[in-house]
Amino acid sequence: MYAFNYHRPNSLDAAAQALAANEDAKLLAGGQTMLPTMKQRLAMPSDLIDLSGIAELRGVCEDGDAVVVGAMTTHAEVAANEIVRSKIPALAKLADGIGDPQVRNRGTLGGSIANADPAADYPAAVVGLGATVKTNKREIAADDFFVGLFETALEPGELVVSVRFPVPEAAAYAKFDHPASRYAIVGVMVARTGGGVRVGITGAAPSAFRQTEMEQALAGNFAPDALDGISVSADGLNGDIHASAEYRAHLVGVMAKRAVIAARG
Amino acid sequence: MLTVTMTVNGQKVAKDVDPRTLLVQFLREQLNLTGTHVGCDTSQCGACVVLVDGKSMKACTMLAAQADGCEVTTIEGLAKNGELHPMQAAFKEHHGLQCGFCTPGMIISAVDLLQQNPDPSEHEIREWLEGNICRCTGYHNIVKAIQHAAQDMRS
Amino acid sequence: MPDSGIGAAVKRREDFRFITGRGRYVDDINRPGQLYASFVRAPIAHANVRGIDTAEAEKAPGVVAVFTGEDLEADGVGSLPCGWVVTDKHGEPHKAPPHWPLVRGKVRYVGDHVAVVIAETLAQARDAAELVEVDYEDLDPVVDLAQAGEGAQLHDEAPGNLCYDWELGDKAAVDAAFEQAAHVTKLDLVNNRLIPNAMEPRAAIGEYDVGSDSYTIYSTSQNPHLLRLILCAFVLNLPEHKVRVVAPDVGGGFGSKIYAYAEETVCTWASKKLNGKPVKWTAERSESFLSDAHGRDHVTHAELAMDAEGKFLALKVDTKANLGAYLSSFATAVPTYLYATLLAGQYATPAVHCNVRGYFTSTAPVDAYRGAGRPEATYVIERIVEVAARDMKMDPAELRRKNFIQPDQFPYQTPVALVYDIGDYEPTLDKALEMIGYRDFAQRRAESEARGKLRGIGFSAYIEACGIAPSAVVGSLGAGVGLWESAQVRFNPTGSVSVFTGAHSHGQGHETTFAQLVSEKLGVPYEQIDIVHGDTGQIPMGMGTYGSRSLAVGGSAIVKACDKIVEKGKKIAAHLMEASVDDIEFDGGQFKVAGTDKAKGIGEIAFTAYVPHNYPEGVEPGLDETAFYDPLNFTYPAGVHIAEVEVDPDTGETKIVDWVAVDDFGKVLNPMIVEGQVHGGIAQGVGQALLESAVYDDSGQLVTGSYMDYTMPRADDFCEFRVGMTVSECTHNPLGVKGCGEAGAIAAPAALMNAITDALGAEIDMPATREKVWRHAQAKLKAAAE
Ligand SMILES: Cc1cc2nc3c(=O)[nH]c(=O)nc-3n(C[C@H](O)[C@H](O)[C@H](O)COP(=O)(O)OP(=O)(O)OC[C@H]3O[C@@H](n4cnc5c(N)ncnc54)[C@H](O)[C@@H]3O)c2cc1C
Ligand code: FES
Ligand code: FES
Repeated sequence: MYAFNYHRPNSLDAAAQALAANEDAKLLAGGQTMLPTMKQRLAMPSDLIDLSGIAELRGVCEDGDAVVVGAMTTHAEVAANEIVRSKIPALAKLADGIGDPQVRNRGTLGGSIANADPAADYPAAVVGLGATVKTNKREIAADDFFVGLFETALEPGELVVSVRFPVPEAAAYAKFDHPASRYAIVGVMVARTGGGVRVGITGAAPSAFRQTEMEQALAGNFAPDALDGISVSADGLNGDIHASAEYRAHLVGVMAKRAVIAARG
Repeated sequence: MLTVTMTVNGQKVAKDVDPRTLLVQFLREQLNLTGTHVGCDTSQCGACVVLVDGKSMKACTMLAAQADGCEVTTIEGLAKNGELHPMQAAFKEHHGLQCGFCTPGMIISAVDLLQQNPDPSEHEIREWLEGNICRCTGYHNIVKAIQHAAQDMRS
Repeated sequence: MPDSGIGAAVKRREDFRFITGRGRYVDDINRPGQLYASFVRAPIAHANVRGIDTAEAEKAPGVVAVFTGEDLEADGVGSLPCGWVVTDKHGEPHKAPPHWPLVRGKVRYVGDHVAVVIAETLAQARDAAELVEVDYEDLDPVVDLAQAGEGAQLHDEAPGNLCYDWELGDKAAVDAAFEQAAHVTKLDLVNNRLIPNAMEPRAAIGEYDVGSDSYTIYSTSQNPHLLRLILCAFVLNLPEHKVRVVAPDVGGGFGSKIYAYAEETVCTWASKKLNGKPVKWTAERSESFLSDAHGRDHVTHAELAMDAEGKFLALKVDTKANLGAYLSSFATAVPTYLYATLLAGQYATPAVHCNVRGYFTSTAPVDAYRGAGRPEATYVIERIVEVAARDMKMDPAELRRKNFIQPDQFPYQTPVALVYDIGDYEPTLDKALEMIGYRDFAQRRAESEARGKLRGIGFSAYIEACGIAPSAVVGSLGAGVGLWESAQVRFNPTGSVSVFTGAHSHGQGHETTFAQLVSEKLGVPYEQIDIVHGDTGQIPMGMGTYGSRSLAVGGSAIVKACDKIVEKGKKIAAHLMEASVDDIEFDGGQFKVAGTDKAKGIGEIAFTAYVPHNYPEGVEPGLDETAFYDPLNFTYPAGVHIAEVEVDPDTGETKIVDWVAVDDFGKVLNPMIVEGQVHGGIAQGVGQALLESAVYDDSGQLVTGSYMDYTMPRADDFCEFRVGMTVSECTHNPLGVKGCGEAGAIAAPAALMNAITDALGAEIDMPATREKVWRHAQAKLKAAAE
């Protein structure tokens, strides 16, 4: 790890200021991505701004027909939260399947989506459930948030405050995990809402995306065999030693079906 | 330099640290608590797991500064009044260790499991151990040890 | 059952320190004034080093020194040797290019040691290591083993990158048998490269003491004496009596901690250079991935000739073995003497021939990894036998049974040099079949199919050879060392016993089993016996622990030392009881005068030996005996593992649904520990077959360089293992033991791959990744549908 200065502000404003004050400053949430990256000397922030002292970033609440999760809420807290479990059990289950128990005890929603790892789980939920990301500057719709590989719509100096997940009628997440890292090779969140069906996919491509063909098919018939005729193209999908693009394309179909079956209960 | 203060195994400590000091380095190098091990640099092996405010966390993926004000329990602090914690006793009784390197993290992780789920199934135990790698035992006797510790602790 | 002697499942006494965090591993040790080393490693696989600029690094904060190969060369530091000279089929010794601890002019794999930075703190050393500027001139890497002969030449000494072209067995006899064959089964196999990954990364502290002109080396070593010998005699030219190597608690080895590596060499040398400042190095896991000796990595073509009834007539095997960029300490022996000699397996195949070509490539050195050669051999035999059964449409269990060496054939001379002393293979197979419920397999398969899953069952009837020996024989085959073991059994005046063993425990539980053994032999309470290992300063001599040799060889040495104790004790007892030595019998800690009720406890004898006021004439005081044991032969554990799997054709996931292991380890000292060894071995074997594989890309970069990409087996990858035993006692060591440390890793890969290929109806190579399995499962379903 390279040397850096450490800050632990106790308000959002102070954090934003500290972030703006130095071009090479970085936010530190759960550190489950940031610290391993720094240990391998792949990141060299001048300053680390630890968000753990800011109370308003943490916790879960209900807001109308949505569940709002603070950016600093850990995966374990989301998984165990009563509101999440009763309103969007698929989200609780997703959180419970991230990494391992120790990672879940520290890693946060905000850190996960800000990092936008192509293999991370939460992006499937944000996209699949049609969430809205609230930052210290604005609100960003799910469809606009993930821009590319490790790339989001967040601007310099902008930080995630919370994510608002509309409560679906039914939803489920199915994950096919990477054998070594246990991130998602493919993860599919399927949600049926008043407005239609959303299918959010992570792991398969450089960034989380919606599978509209599946959404349309499921809107007409929310059942696994509705997906039968759909073949997912391997074009543009990720391929590596653990899964070729073609295999990932196939798994998108399998996981989507499994998610539909689970969502139907 | 930063000053960090925490309670480690029931004892309050305050030390000056370079901000880049990891909790595991703090424990091993500054407090000489070498029972917490380092087995990887990608936060996956779990040799470094300790309890922070009662929850299991990877001490290699946490700055000492992030544990400021926290209660930390390491493997050295698990036995109370000279008596082994039931999880420690079960690991010995059921041969849940060979070289012993993964053992401290494994035991602490298992202690956290039973706090959350006092009666886990074999499957739940195996899934919980996702973040703890052991190269020696094939996990067979680790799972056994945790099952027995769960029984002992419930009765 | 006894509660602490031979055969008792005594709980391990070493556990207390590990479960309370009081173990003492090398990285837990810090020496006063210690400095930290960080190695500058080659970022590319093959290049000329045109220059190394250390100026910036030297100026960095806290830096004490930066050294390169030139500094070592100027000091006369030698090359890391390979301790086993393999003579090729033309009578030429293997090609042994130098392996400098820090490179001289060329790097040959990613991770190769270019320079070392030594600083006051670890962070400073690492910061400064990045400032060392190396001017590389890229050369073509040689990555693909199958093409290694055609690639760029890595060493001047080795044209075609060939280290040796070696053979074993009667080629003419094999060729003749193939002429007669009614059926020939052919198989191409890849034995995938593995990275050992003991959970404790390697570490070393070199410490020179100016006052006494002596060295202490703390090292994560499986064999401290051997490390001392190599460093003193070959690399650093140090007087052996001035060097102490301490290998304290070691967090797993699996072979990877046998060898002498560059890092401990450099730390030791540097400590002297820096006037006795201790120099410490601890591997980061990413360094372990790059620079620990890897294992396996064979490409093989095998053919099995049979008569019309399925009797094996001959086996021929052609193997290319990857040795990596340099020869590690025992690299050459692994794919030759530890491999080809095992190719008879449990079968009475009359003729076997094996040709092995060992190649250099631009990858990390390859050496012994749990099983060393024997898993590779078992994999060849047990895969081809299974495929032969498929070809012949015979039951794979019955085909094996038909070809087993029969009990009345022992001692059995194989066509590949070994003489098996004893074995009884059928009962082991029967027990395994019974335990797995072989008769009902078809029903279970049908049930799986009804759920849309493919079920398979696979066998592995393995044999291994443990406790490499005898020294004279291995010496004639090229080994540079003897393979005996030593033991010293020392009574203290108060009757407690200290046992010093040259074997090293890094998970095997010697402190417990060896104490059980001594307790039984000498009748001293288990609690009063202490086992000391891992310190050349305390132990007479030793060859360390690998090849499942500790008990068979190290334990036998202890027995011999105990025998000497008893012999001397008899003289003292005879004197005290005024009887003739010939009339003294020893049993359960008591020296008795035969036919009387006169007796003296061994504690009193020990006291007398140290306070010899009333003492036999001509007998030396003291009760402290040393023995060396050189085995007469290998030992031959054998067994049958059966794996049952279920494959999900939608995703290619393989679930292990049942695993039965029935092993014959000879006499068992502590069944709890033996079972633990079996579990661990199976897990590593399953890892190889299903999950693990070291992958280099075309440019020689290690793609699987961390746990993010190298799949370590986790708890949820396994089901419970069911372990059974049969016993035929080894005939030639005093304990009747055979060794158990590697069996699981030897047996498991073939069992699992046979099960998976059975489920798929297609032959695939390891590791059976989900994608590979998925493709074949789909093909099978498609074919079935057509
Ligand atoms: C062993 C292991 C296994 C894992 N497995 C999985 C898995 O299966 N699935 C999965 O999805 N993830 C997995 N992760 C990643 C884990 O979920 C991380 O917690 C997550 O990716 C990052 O969250 P964090 O809170 O730790 O963020 P940090 O590591 O602290 O930060 C990550 C990035 O986000 C930025 N950031 C943090 N908070 C904010 C904010 N509020 N606003 C703007 N930017 C911010 C930081 O500056 C940094 O660039 C794994 C991690 C590990 C170590
Ligand atoms: S050291 Fe491996 S997870 Fe912490
Ligand atoms: S006991 Fe050795 S790694 Fe687990």
